[in-house]
Parts: sequence; C-alpha cells; structure tokens
Amino acid sequence: MQAVELNQELFDELERYIDSIETKETALIEVLHQAQNLFGYLPMEVQLFIGEKLNVPASKIYGVVSFYSYFTTKPKGKNVINVCTGTACFVRNAESIVKEFEKRLSIKTGETTSNGMFTIDCLRCVGACGLAPVVMVNDEVYGKVKVEDIPKIIAKYSE
Amino acid sequence: MNRIEDYKSLLEMQKELVHVMDIRKAKIGDTEYKELLICGGTGCMSSQSKKLLENLTNEIEKNGLSDKVRASITGCFGFCEKGPIVKVFPEDVFYVNVKPEDAAEIVKSHLMDGYRVERLLYEEPTLKKKVNTQHEMEFYKKQERIALRNCGLINPELIEEYIANRGYEAIGKCITEMKPEKVIHEVKLSGLRGRGGGGFPTGLKWEYASKNKSDVKYIVCNADEGDPGAFMDRSILEGDPHSIIEAMMIAGYSIGAQKGFVYIRAEYPLAIKRLKTALKQAMEAGLLGDNIMGTNFCFDIEIKYGAGAFVCGEETALIHSIEGGRGEPTTKPPFPAESGLWGKPTVVNNVETLANVPAILTNGASWFNKRGSDTSKGTKVFALAGKINNVGLVEVPMGITLREIIYDIGGGIKDGKGFKAVQTGGPSGGCITSENLDVKIDYESLYGIGSMMGSGGMIVIDDDNCIVDIAKFYLQFTVEESCGKCTPCRVGNKRLYEMLTAITEGKSTVEDLETMRKLAETIKLTALCGLGQTAPNPVLSTLNYFYDEYLAHVEQKICPAGVCQALLRYFITPEKCIGCTRCSKACPVNAISGKVKEVHVIDQDICIKCGACFDVCPVSAITKG
Repeated sequence: MQAVELNQELFDELERYIDSIETKETALIEVLHQAQNLFGYLPMEVQLFIGEKLNVPASKIYGVVSFYSYFTTKPKGKNVINVCTGTACFVRNAESIVKEFEKRLSIKTGETTSNGMFTIDCLRCVGACGLAPVVMVNDEVYGKVKVEDIPKIIAKYSE
Repeated sequence: MNRIEDYKSLLEMQKELVHVMDIRKAKIGDTEYKELLICGGTGCMSSQSKKLLENLTNEIEKNGLSDKVRASITGCFGFCEKGPIVKVFPEDVFYVNVKPEDAAEIVKSHLMDGYRVERLLYEEPTLKKKVNTQHEMEFYKKQERIALRNCGLINPELIEEYIANRGYEAIGKCITEMKPEKVIHEVKLSGLRGRGGGGFPTGLKWEYASKNKSDVKYIVCNADEGDPGAFMDRSILEGDPHSIIEAMMIAGYSIGAQKGFVYIRAEYPLAIKRLKTALKQAMEAGLLGDNIMGTNFCFDIEIKYGAGAFVCGEETALIHSIEGGRGEPTTKPPFPAESGLWGKPTVVNNVETLANVPAILTNGASWFNKRGSDTSKGTKVFALAGKINNVGLVEVPMGITLREIIYDIGGGIKDGKGFKAVQTGGPSGGCITSENLDVKIDYESLYGIGSMMGSGGMIVIDDDNCIVDIAKFYLQFTVEESCGKCTPCRVGNKRLYEMLTAITEGKSTVEDLETMRKLAETIKLTALCGLGQTAPNPVLSTLNYFYDEYLAHVEQKICPAGVCQALLRYFITPEKCIGCTRCSKACPVNAISGKVKEVHVIDQDICIKCGACFDVCPVSAITKG
C-alpha cells in the first residue's frame, strides 16, 4: 500500500464517530463501513488509525478488510460501473456486457481508468432480476442493458 | 403515534384503523373513494416508480381529487418483469409497465371519467387478451401469500397500516395470554421450517434455545441474502419490515431473549432505510423497549451490516461477523442455540421464516399447516428469474409442481425457446430437468432429485445456455466466496473450477469427468460448513442429468449450446454465401479466403472465433456451433 495524502477533516470526523460508539469491542465492521463511506476506500493509514482508536491490532483489521468483498483498499474512479453478475443476469448474458465495458474503457474489471473517471466492478445481484441484465452506475440502475447501449451509458458520465 | 399501553388498546387502535384495509381487501365495492398503490421495491424504483408516484400525486391534486383519491407506495407485488406496477382499489385493477408520463392519463381517464386505461392493462400472453383485475391474472391464480401477505397491500413506511392488518396482534397475544412454552408449541405444531436453506424446524430451534439457561440470550435475523438471484428477503424487508420486528419479538419472548440483531447486507440500502423507519416507529409506539404493552417483556433490536461474504449466511459465520471479526464458520456442535453470539444461547432465523411467524400465531398452527406436503408445511417464496416470461417473486403452497410454477405462473420460457433445466437452491443447489417437472416440491423431494430448496432462487435455463458453463459459473462463485478455512473447500473447489474451465476449453478427456465426480463427492463429505459441502452440487447434478453435454465437450470438442468460445466453430454455408467479401474484410486474422462473388471459406486453424464475420454477414450465411 502506498502512502497517500488524506484529508485531516475526514480523520476528525471518523474520530468523532468512533468516540460516539459505546461498545467498541465489536464495532470494527461498523467503523470500517463508516470509514469507507468517508474516504471512499480503506488505505493503510485509515486502517492503522482505526486500530489505534479501537485498540485492535492492525493485522486483525487487515484480516477483516481483506475478508469482505465490500471493503476495498484501492481508491475508485469518479464513476463506478457495477455490472450485476448474479445468476439471473448471468443467464441473460451479463458476461458480454462486462466485456464490452472492458473493451470500451480499455481496463479490466476491478481497475480504474488512468484519468480516474471510471472503475469497472462486478456485483452479485442488486435484486432487480426482472430487469436483467442490470448495470449500476453510481446509484443509477440501468435495466435490460444491451451491448449497443454501452457507448451511450459511458458518454453520459464522461463529461 | 401514541404509545400503546396494553394489548387492549392495540386491539382498539386496530378497530379504528381497519377501514384502511376494507377498501383494499374489496370489502367495500361501491365507493367514491379510491386508492392507488405504487410498487416501491428496488426493482420498480429502478424503473422510476418514485417519479411516477410524484406525478400521480400532482395530477390528483391538480384535478381537485385529493379528498377522494390517495396514492402511496407499497411493497413488491412480485410481478417484477412488468414493473412499475400501479394498483387501483377497490376495483383491483392492475396496471403494468407504467411510466411517469402515464400519470395524467390514469388520473383523467380512470379516476375522473371512469374508463380503465386499456393499454396499461396486463395482456395474458396465452389468451392474447387484456386482463381487467389482478385476481384474474394467471400469475396470481395459484399463489397464496403468507410471508408476502402485506407486500402490495400496505404502505411499509406507516406502522398504522401494519397494525390495521392485524399487525402486532400476535406479539400482544403472546405476551399477555400465552406462556413461552405455549408459543413454542404452536410454532412446532405449525410445522414451520427454516426458509433460508437448511429447512430445520423453527419451533425445535427455539425450544433448544429456551431450554439452555442463561441470563442473556439473543435473536438474530439473517438478512444477509447471499444467493445471487434470490431477492425475497429484501422484498419482505422493503415491503413489510414490521412483520420481521414482530416475529423477532415473538422469538425473543419464547426463548427468553431481550435483544435482537438484524444482520443485513450493506448492498440493500432501501431495505435498511425501511427497517430503520419501522424500528423508530415501533420504539415510539412502545412496541420495542422496556415493559412492552404493560408487561414485563422487554426487547430491542439493533441493525448490523454485512460486508459482502456469502459464507455469512452460515449461522456460525454470521455470528462471528456480528462480533466484528472475519466471518468464518466454526464446527457444530456447539450449536448457536447453546453457545452463539458472545457465547450466549442464540437463535438465528432467516427473514422469510420470521415473516411467517406472526401469521401463524394470529391464525393458529392448524390454519398454517393445512397447506403444504407431509413434511413441509405452509408456503415458500421463490424468486423466479432467468429465461422465463414472468420474472418475479411468487409465493406458492409447498407441494406444487415445478411445471405449475414455470408454465402456469411463470408463463413459460422466454421467446418460445425450449426448456432445458431449472436451477434451484442457488450455488448450493442443482439443476432439474424436464423429466422431473411434475415432482411435487418440498424440502425432501428436491433433495431426492439432486437439488435443494435453498433460499428459493429458481433460475430457468433454456437451450441457449451451456450446462457446463452454468456449473462453472456457480463454482466460480463458491471459489470466490470460500473463506479459506478448510482445505476441501479452499483447494478442492478451486480444482473443480479449473477442471470445468478445461472442459469449456476443450482440453479434457472422458477420464477427467470421472476424476471430477470423485473429487466433488469427496468435497461434499469433508468440507467444514454448508458452503463447502454443497458447493459441488451444481457439478454433480449436471453431470447426472447432462452427461451427454459434458461428453460432447470432452469427446467431440463441441459446445452444443454454442456458448463456450474456445469450442466454437464458424462455418460459411456455401448455398447462402453471395461472395460479398465483407467477412474476409472484417476478419482480423485473415482466416477467410474467397474471391468476389464466389463462395468464401474459413480456415479453422487460423480462426480465433471472434465472431466478427458472423456479425457483418448480410445474408446470414455464417453459422456457429
């Protein structure tokens, strides 16, 4: 993990959050959720900070962070493209949607474009199986997506 | 809302509110007053149902109908394929695929002039006829809603509407009139079994926990719906959050617990929001907290967030996750009922299981267990998805056949294609073929045909899907989700996945199929938890039922469904080829030769199977297979 410049205000906010929790022993996952909401990801500095505040070894924190797929130690792009690859979307050809995004943006799933605009991720079922295949860009859901629709979706977020 | 001081005042309040239900349950037919309910589940919200509600409300106001018509949100109707749904009461009119811009027409035509908007009515595909009311729709005819009883009927954000439909009556009755043992007895008698996968009798689970002496006990609601393609738990939490709160209280009362946790996926923001609203309302009404309804019973509920780990559906793993650690399972015994959360007796129940509980206690065990099969009572919610016409949530009595679900309710296979298999039980289940479509489904019968109930995912697969590819998909899922604690799962399933990959790439032999079967059986016997033990099921069931398709991959090196890229062959049909040269120009590796106006040929040794020629051919002369 690379050392990065992180906003002190966010650390202060995280500290206030941790101080407000009564049962600190079991709050690790909640704190990590909150930290990821604030910072967008969980870099080493943030993990160490949480460790000190909760009095939990950094190794345990890293163990938990790396266990759950929801937590990420890499910063994400401005727009996160999540292609649902749950079963319902899979049998309705989500694979080809992923490939098309990868081709158009010249990155692989899990990577971020060099200009920091887009990250491609896959997720397991948003529960809108009636609309399969589903793509989520940030919080916006696109249903019944066809390969032809993808340039339009990318263009919408490119400005 | 005022605090509810005792059971009697709850019943009085219910009497005052019940008129809300009368119009929706068609007890009043002829009335000037109308109600519109708009689906506010994740599926329909993704198709702008929020904007639709806004537009409807504006139109109602604009036309001066505010005192006669009310529009509000409700939970999932289950007919997700055709969302957003708008239902008009008391006429029982069911509009489908409604867009925000349709609001004006609905208000003008239906509400003011009294004419239904024909074009928004659902058309029954078999009859090619518009259907006027919901109860006439084939999709609903065979359904029976217990767990989903309030979804599509009440506004999930109003506790008053939950109470109006007999909400919190069951807990009131339990804590004032029934001893904990009596409550457990009733649940046992009902035959309710866990709906999350295991199928363990719920009453028995409660009884074990109640018998273990401890000053502190816990109730945990498992809302970490991990099976990709199943969304009943999310829909219940979004559409009827109070039923889960009430059920957890009942469970708490019967085992002697005062604290409950809902362990919910962080990826379900709407369900979390609705649950939080419901918890706040229940608190304010004095239905959670100390001395509930004037009794000695105290209970409160806290939300804990999952962070995306399928294995946390396993109860011991889930408990470790609530405790703030890695969600790794541990061996049972000790069972959570004995030593669970922080070492205390704990009951872990799934959302759908809990949703049945208040209904059982209000209506009695004998009301519940008169439906279902010998071993499996009540109903089950299935998430019908994949290559089927009516994708959605359906709740059916146990003992119904798959044929009824897929053809009568689901409307058959999409685009008139051929049925190949239906996959039940998610990554732990198996594929069921047409020969078993008439099996009456319950926990035991599904197990008997190599699949399982699981959480109720039901994915329909047609001829365009390759069965090896499907098995590979599930294995990839379990490999990614394996926690890595035990070797059979960490290493074994990975090897299985590699073997499947090799098959799809044409690098396997017939002997490999036997090796794969042996490995799968070994993993089943030796893995630590449910995830590992059931992970090979998709492989074993497809090997049993689709051996020929596996053989085609390993012997002839072809993929009959035309899915496995490496095994694809592109051919030019000489009779159709007009020699336009477009294909040879499109080919990135110059694998196609032929002169203008003469038949072209693809050199299979050079072809990289990119499909570019297939896409550009103007006369469909190129076939793949």
